[in-house]
Amino acid sequence: MSGPIHIQPGETFTLNVGPQHPATHGVLRVKMEMDGEYIVKAETVLGYIHRMHELMGENRTYPQVLPNLSRLDYLGALGYTHAHVLAVERAAGIEVPERAEYIRAITVELNRIASHLFWFGAFVMDLGGFTPLMYAIEDREYILDMLEAVTGSRLTYCYYRFGGLYNDIDDDFIDAAKAFIPRMRRQLKKYDALVTGNIIFEKRLKDIGPISAEMCRKYGASGPVARGAGIDFDVRKNEPYSVYSEFDFDVPVYHECDSLARYMVRMDEMEQSLRIIEQGLEKLPDGPIMPKKKPKLIKPPKGDYYQAVETARGSFGIRIVSDGTKNAYRFKLRSPTYSNMSLFDEACEGMMIMDALAMMGSLDLVIPEIDR
Amino acid sequence: MIKDTVRQALQDLFPDPEPVIEEPVVEAAEGDEADGDKKKPAKKKEEPRVNGVLERDHAEHGYDIDVQLEPGELLAAIMILDKAGFFIEAVTGVDWIKEDQLEAVYDFSRYDFDVCRVVIRTRTPRSNPIIPTISKIYPGANWHERETHDFFGIKFDGHPHLIPLLLPEDADFHPLLKDFKP
Amino acid sequence: MSLTILNAVIAVVAAIAFAAVNAAYLVWAERRGAGRIQRRPGPNVNGPLGLLQPPCDGIKLMAKQIMIPGGADKALFMVAPALAMAPAIMSFVTIPFSDTIVAHSMNVGVLMIFAFASLGAMSILLAGWGSRNKYAVMASVRAVSQNISYEIPMLITVITIVMMTGTMDLKELVAGQAGGMWNWNAVPSLASPLMPVSFLIFFICSLAETNRAPFDLGEAESELVAGFHTEYGSMGFGLFFMGEYANIVIGASLITILFLGGWGCPLGLFPGVWWFLLKIYILIFSFIWIRWTFPRTTIYGLLNLSWKILIPISLFNLLLTAGLLKVF
Repeated sequence: MSGPIHIQPGETFTLNVGPQHPATHGVLRVKMEMDGEYIVKAETVLGYIHRMHELMGENRTYPQVLPNLSRLDYLGALGYTHAHVLAVERAAGIEVPERAEYIRAITVELNRIASHLFWFGAFVMDLGGFTPLMYAIEDREYILDMLEAVTGSRLTYCYYRFGGLYNDIDDDFIDAAKAFIPRMRRQLKKYDALVTGNIIFEKRLKDIGPISAEMCRKYGASGPVARGAGIDFDVRKNEPYSVYSEFDFDVPVYHECDSLARYMVRMDEMEQSLRIIEQGLEKLPDGPIMPKKKPKLIKPPKGDYYQAVETARGSFGIRIVSDGTKNAYRFKLRSPTYSNMSLFDEACEGMMIMDALAMMGSLDLVIPEIDR
Repeated sequence: MIKDTVRQALQDLFPDPEPVIEEPVVEAAEGDEADGDKKKPAKKKEEPRVNGVLERDHAEHGYDIDVQLEPGELLAAIMILDKAGFFIEAVTGVDWIKEDQLEAVYDFSRYDFDVCRVVIRTRTPRSNPIIPTISKIYPGANWHERETHDFFGIKFDGHPHLIPLLLPEDADFHPLLKDFKP
Repeated sequence: MSLTILNAVIAVVAAIAFAAVNAAYLVWAERRGAGRIQRRPGPNVNGPLGLLQPPCDGIKLMAKQIMIPGGADKALFMVAPALAMAPAIMSFVTIPFSDTIVAHSMNVGVLMIFAFASLGAMSILLAGWGSRNKYAVMASVRAVSQNISYEIPMLITVITIVMMTGTMDLKELVAGQAGGMWNWNAVPSLASPLMPVSFLIFFICSLAETNRAPFDLGEAESELVAGFHTEYGSMGFGLFFMGEYANIVIGASLITILFLGGWGCPLGLFPGVWWFLLKIYILIFSFIWIRWTFPRTTIYGLLNLSWKILIPISLFNLLLTAGLLKVF
């Protein structure tokens, strides 16, 4: 809702949205200074699920900290472990067989679709539509079953190893993935018909929650939030890692800067992920999934290493400062939602609470990943 | 190439253009990566790094330009990056307890396809760590600086709201300091 | 004399029983319907097809302790749920299910139902105010502004119909539509060519009046936790819940009586109570269907819809009908 609001002094009240609130999807708290339904000022309070993963990363060896990474973002966990193995491989100079890289790309993209599907359902539920959540969860179940068969877990995967993978994929996985792709395409069409074309849905998101490109830059937003603001930024394209340079895919960019643009970016991204999976399955080379030569004890040489990957939520970075021992000297996690959420305080000022919470939904928050 | 222009601009911050070391001392330790279990060889005497601009190999380190400067020059360097259209990735710290120094690390990157990651480091004594805030230039640094204050106790001079963000509001400890005992 | 009193008592008890049973089983129907729409079974464990679910829920709610939040206005807090249920049941008294089955026929039945319907807003306001909760207050303010702004187009539409038929007696309203679906008020006639539009307006307004999705702003879960009944547990919550469903039945009955020919058959054959029930359950099903299909609107979108679209159109229809009635 646009238009100036005139606030009389002393006529506001404080509303605590969270730490337990249906719209925050976790233990996030936003202290809102409200004038009726309008937000005058908001302050986000974090730390309710802070677990100090960075200190754990310093106290544990590199392989020991690997499962921690999947506890950051329970919806798109593979992308985060991918970042860690890539960072350590870069630091320790471990070669990865090509087959392993392809399988990593396939599984990460599957996980990205699963994450976006869940976001889609939860987002529409934020707007008051319950049914898409059930549909999305049903589709997500196919992905989880597939991933469970190869990784052994459904949410908090620890599938990648330094130099390769824990387990090779089998024909069942390939068949399931090949069957899943056309199914998911049909489902995406259904979602478009059910949600995207809905006039109420469009009215609630169009021109609501503007986040400009300049604001993204100042706050370091990435992922669909930046792409919804017309910024063509995807780490997979901008600085390709793994085997992403081998794939032919597009980065969906929308210039409207509103919540609908961010929604559309994610919906289009699912289609692009399907394309990557399709090509990956086609090109999948034979060969080993672990390198022949691999140091027994991972001790990256002294130095400072940074690795960024594109997770479902944006650009996730790991900085490893190594002092040459088996533990990291400094283990920094740059989480995308942390930066994306930090602009919420400024962006939601003057909005009505329902629009602000719709915008919060469009940021795709996973609170454990903000708090780390 | 934005890399060269930014490097040149950052280089101008340092008045004496003497020691521009490409691929510096730390890099020398890279040689023994194949035999990681042999600790001893090639381990040179550690020299504290000289302030200045270094160009790093992106494939090896994941970033391109590595700048170390005094806290006083920080804002000037950030201003250069802001003008060049960089976005802020993160702000964090490193505790160099042996040198009795705290290092603040600023990561910057670009949205366009001209890949250039810039790392800016500045060191401050452990006993009284004060670094000027950059949240006036990059409002996104607000949270990152609060987090760094939580974890390392670095005081960001001029920060509007330097209270614990991730730690409890009454936290008086800094868990990522190397002498922190839980 | 005593026979009339007995008659009245039986009629009233029957009306209350009908309302309560409907309210309880509509919850079941809603959950089964939602399950069907969302490709999951819904409640199917207790009893055949889960039919024992409503009594189980009722027992559970009644067995729970009534918690009154600290600092809440006790009297208002306790009165509000009763006030939500009572007017809904009272309205049933005057609704004719067929030309013989009616608890108490009144010549101002329409007026009475709307009078009681307006009381529903009162209960929401009291609940929100009494529970000392900011979410509840915000939600009740929303719900009341919504109810007020949707009563206006609703009443204008009703005035149009009353003007056409010249009566406020629900039975006579139905009698005027007897003889087949071409006589129904929802079908355009020479004197009122815009009647389908009015029907649509009335349908939308009944959705809004009963606080149903997509107009469920008073209990917008994702924004205001649970809206005006955030602080209510046990049977207090249960009464709000039943009141909502009783209101849905009333809304559907009113639409049926005013627009769809009441207990008359679409083809003019065998009029009877079964037609009435069939029609209201079809309408209720469409309410459920809409709820599980659409996302929620915004509060300003909702008020804009009422004040900028529905009210002008219904006013135009009123004037047009008035003019055409003079002509024909």
